[in-house]
Amino acid sequence: MRKKMFEALRQSAFMGPSIVVYVTMILIPFLLGLYYSMTDWNGVSTVYRWVGFDNYRTTLLHDPDFAASFWFTIRLTFAIAVLMNLIGFGLAFLLTKKLRFRTAWRAVFFIPNVLGGLVLGFLWNFIFTKGFGAIGAATNWHLFKIAWLGNEHTAFWSLVIVSVWHGLGYVMVIYIAGLAGVPQEIREAAQIDGAGGWKMLTRITLPLIMASITICLFWTISSTLRIFDLNFSLTSGGPYGSTESVAMNIYKEAFGNSNFGLGSAKAVIFFCVVVVITSVQVILTKRREVEI
Amino acid sequence: MGQQARKRLIATEWLLAAAALLFMYPLVLAILNSVKTMNDILMHTGSLPRQYIWSNYKTAWSVLNFPRVFLNSLLIDVFSILGVTLFAAMAAYQIVRRPGRFNNATFGLFVASMVIPFHAIMIPLVQVLREFGLINSLFGIIYAYWGLSLAFAVFLFHGFVKALPYEIEEAALIDGASIYSVFFRIVLPLLRPITATVLILNALWIWNDFLLPMILLQGPEKHTIQVAINTMFGQYMKRWDVALPGIVMALAPAVAFFLLLQRHIIEGISSGGIKG
Repeated sequence: MRKKMFEALRQSAFMGPSIVVYVTMILIPFLLGLYYSMTDWNGVSTVYRWVGFDNYRTTLLHDPDFAASFWFTIRLTFAIAVLMNLIGFGLAFLLTKKLRFRTAWRAVFFIPNVLGGLVLGFLWNFIFTKGFGAIGAATNWHLFKIAWLGNEHTAFWSLVIVSVWHGLGYVMVIYIAGLAGVPQEIREAAQIDGAGGWKMLTRITLPLIMASITICLFWTISSTLRIFDLNFSLTSGGPYGSTESVAMNIYKEAFGNSNFGLGSAKAVIFFCVVVVITSVQVILTKRREVEI
Repeated sequence: MGQQARKRLIATEWLLAAAALLFMYPLVLAILNSVKTMNDILMHTGSLPRQYIWSNYKTAWSVLNFPRVFLNSLLIDVFSILGVTLFAAMAAYQIVRRPGRFNNATFGLFVASMVIPFHAIMIPLVQVLREFGLINSLFGIIYAYWGLSLAFAVFLFHGFVKALPYEIEEAALIDGASIYSVFFRIVLPLLRPITATVLILNALWIWNDFLLPMILLQGPEKHTIQVAINTMFGQYMKRWDVALPGIVMALAPAVAFFLLLQRHIIEGISSGGIKG
């Protein structure tokens, strides 16, 4: 009896705070979101109607802006995931060699990663509008003379550039850890068997760091699918809504147009897409991981 | 090492130096221009300042209400990370040492919800906080951060606690120590490496978070640095002699934090990332 009481007390003392916080801030909001998505609530009024799946129908069939924001976010994610992983791996590859200032270079490439996307967006706004102009005037290169944030294609690539610059350090650090875990003996054995640089990379190194690739792809994909801050401060969705991410579209629907019902339906769809895309990626790359 | 290999290393070093310089160019350009006159910013963006206008920083300091918003950011960050770290360590400990059906299911739920993007639950989350009367309150946003960072923190601690040997705790319990003193005196100190990781990873993202404070904290006296920067940009659009020093001031604390804890941060990212 006493023992039972001790156990119950212990369970509530250790699990209690976490469960209360989790239920109120994650579980209830999640379920409440599903409920809101089937109403026409505006976030303020006390009366609202149950509309069933109408919000989903509206979102999926009659909202070209939402579809456009999805297509934009997917393209952005693809471009960023590919570039960030290629460049990040390249840097990690060079930075695992015995260089004199290795630690300093690693720190330099990592720094942007600890900074906030919102402020960096404002900073890069300055770089694209004023800094590029200065380079353009000095070098006369056409590339630096155009208004990067002013047209839909270059605005897209502006977001890619800043995102890669921002997140590169994270990916680099993970790949460095992965490369450090490749046993020297295996490399040496391959070398003795006559493997050249390219063969070594594709047949030995890459298969052995597949776990790092899984993590880095997961991180780049899931963080870009959720992009908001940088998008908000760098292009704020412009020009003409051409660079509006899904998160921004949901935010505007809920807090700009006061359509909590419609916004919640969009949020649920967004959640499902994020889950599907990231799970497919993890399953596909995990399958190629090998044990040493 | 052969002559050829050494030459190649030196070339690599130079290549990386050039890349690093290019990489830092945006930050350097912002810092250089933050002390110029507005006219020089527009006409001589690429050159060194011809005269140093330190008063730009004074203006940005008062426009941002920097001491106030810095303190708000700091309070929110510190209490958020301390709370979530303690709760998560306790929960992870209990889940590992008492793996009943309920605790295992709870852990499964925590792990599963790590994939929920914030934007997918932000609308009802704000509503729940409103019901509790926690809108526009520092405690309210701290509470929200506890919830949002809990799952990943429990997950990190869980992996670590599992690897702890039970014998030490058992011996202390047999000697008559209570489970609470065992946790705080024995287990928590052993968890130090992963505690550092959890603290650092959360400190960084909460410090830089913008959307949640923008939605929750309406009064300017409650604003965080990120929200204040956004407000400043609304008012001083194109006034780069105010905006740039503001940006530099907003970035400085995170850079200082990084330089101070560089090794821990990078280790934390590698271990946190690999487990995640």
